[in-house]
Amino acid sequence: MVIAFFALLIGVWEMLVRMKIWSPVLVPSPLAVASYLKGALASGDLERATLVTVRRLLIGYALGLVLGLPLGLLTARFKFCEATLGVIALGLQTLPSVCWVPLALLWFGQTEAAMLFVVIMGTLWSVVIATDNGVRTVPPIYARAARTMGSKQWHTWAKVIVPASLPFIVSGMKQGWAFAWRSLMAAEIYVTILTGFGLGNLLNYGRELQAMDQVIGIMLVIIVIGLLADKILFSPWERFLYRRWGTAKS
Amino acid sequence: MMAIRDELQNVQPVKLVVDGVSKWFRTRRATVHALDNISLNIHEGEFVCLVGPSGCGKSTLLNIIAGLEMPDTGQVLADGKPVTGPGRDRMMMFQESALFPWLDVMDNVMFGLKLKPNLSPSERREVAKYYLELVGLSKFANANIHELSGGMKQRIALARALAPNPRVLLMDEPFGALDALTREQLYGDIQRIWQERKKTIVFVTHNVREATCLGDRVILFSPHPGRIQEKFGVELPRPRDINSVALAKYSTEITRALKRHLNPELVEVGE
Ligand SMILES: Nc1ncnc2c1ncn2[C@@H]1O[C@H](COP(=O)(O)OP(=O)(O)O)[C@@H](O)[C@H]1O
Ligand SMILES: [Mg+2]
Repeated sequence: MVIAFFALLIGVWEMLVRMKIWSPVLVPSPLAVASYLKGALASGDLERATLVTVRRLLIGYALGLVLGLPLGLLTARFKFCEATLGVIALGLQTLPSVCWVPLALLWFGQTEAAMLFVVIMGTLWSVVIATDNGVRTVPPIYARAARTMGSKQWHTWAKVIVPASLPFIVSGMKQGWAFAWRSLMAAEIYVTILTGFGLGNLLNYGRELQAMDQVIGIMLVIIVIGLLADKILFSPWERFLYRRWGTAKS
Repeated sequence: MMAIRDELQNVQPVKLVVDGVSKWFRTRRATVHALDNISLNIHEGEFVCLVGPSGCGKSTLLNIIAGLEMPDTGQVLADGKPVTGPGRDRMMMFQESALFPWLDVMDNVMFGLKLKPNLSPSERREVAKYYLELVGLSKFANANIHELSGGMKQRIALARALAPNPRVLLMDEPFGALDALTREQLYGDIQRIWQERKKTIVFVTHNVREATCLGDRVILFSPHPGRIQEKFGVELPRPRDINSVALAKYSTEITRALKRHLNPELVEVGE
């Protein structure tokens, strides 16, 4: 059924192209897109660009998590951190993460660091806010029960507060991922960085060359990567949440 | 194997002395005098029920005995030693089960055991299995918490509280949220387990009938400020049936005492 649906979709696309309603320059046929993708794969350009993009994304995202989680715990735990860092996080989270791109370029120049910075800023604030929220909604009775069983400060945080906040943390992670992914694409389209051409660069070249087959081909690749990330990064967590809590809160 | 037998052996139940305990809660709007000079001796292995309308400080007293809160004056002695914080010898059970949803049943029961030194992982597992058996839910070792009924949750919470082999069990309206039928089953279970495992139990409820069914003694509290109003001994053979006539006589007497001092509609007489 599903396969038939997509086959039909591509069929209709091909048909519309053949009816020549639009110029083939603006609407390439699926075959043209496929042949571009094949060529790009054969030359290794596509793999290289994908690798560059995915690497930026994963490293930046991991750093964002590693920083965001403890910062969120701090803002939830200490009034002072809430009034300072918490307020900053709240403000910056409303800033569309694309807006970091000009600043990153001024600070870091056209370097890999600028790209990482954009991804980290996309991830970080969502994770901070979600962790903070999660911790605040943990029923106090959990910590009290744990304390009677001999759990102390660090143990309570690691074994009770953080796991109890997981539904929130995971949805923060998802949001952070979405922000990071979008802002990285924007950054790659916006600037060329000599150390590596990402998918965004390829997309932009497609535009400059007026190569619609390339534009659509790269868009498809970007969609596939997004879907795969969702499956690989978040599905295991969501299955866990669903099994244990009985509801998917994210 | 030897270690497990030691671990599962009954421990000496604790003698609790509550000595002149007072507690105030200061909030921005007002100061609440939650407990006023409470003194109470609880014998080794005694089953004591604290009864009173809500707001009379029963939970506060239980929290102080547990070491989760500190009294403003007075102290609690467990076998002569002042209570300064939570300890494995005093386990607490709450009205909501407070089971951890991110762990399955087995890992919930193991939570306290993992914090207990000198046990190997397989020994902890054995011990947890024993207590799941004791509450009649060994088949549910791998179930998730959200899949359990309210009564089952409280049984698991009981197993979790018993697993570290405490000497005192503190129970704060543990059956308050359950339906009558489930509660009756649990009355039987808790009496059996208390006799088998020889614990000192302090049990908070606002249901006089429940208190009469379970307690060696029933301690009546009155609110504003929380005070002990009267103490009753319940001399009935065990296991007791909550529907028995002899029990009804006791609970009527206690209810009458309650009403003498209190606004009657605050008191649940028990169905
Ligand atoms: N953490 C707290 N902060 C402020 N007031 C509290 C707190 N805990 C209890 N109280 C107040 O102390 C009184 C006794 O409460 P509690 O011990 O919970 O009574 P009970 O368990 O008998 O219903 C109540 O008036 C309650 O509002
Ligand atoms: Mg209470």
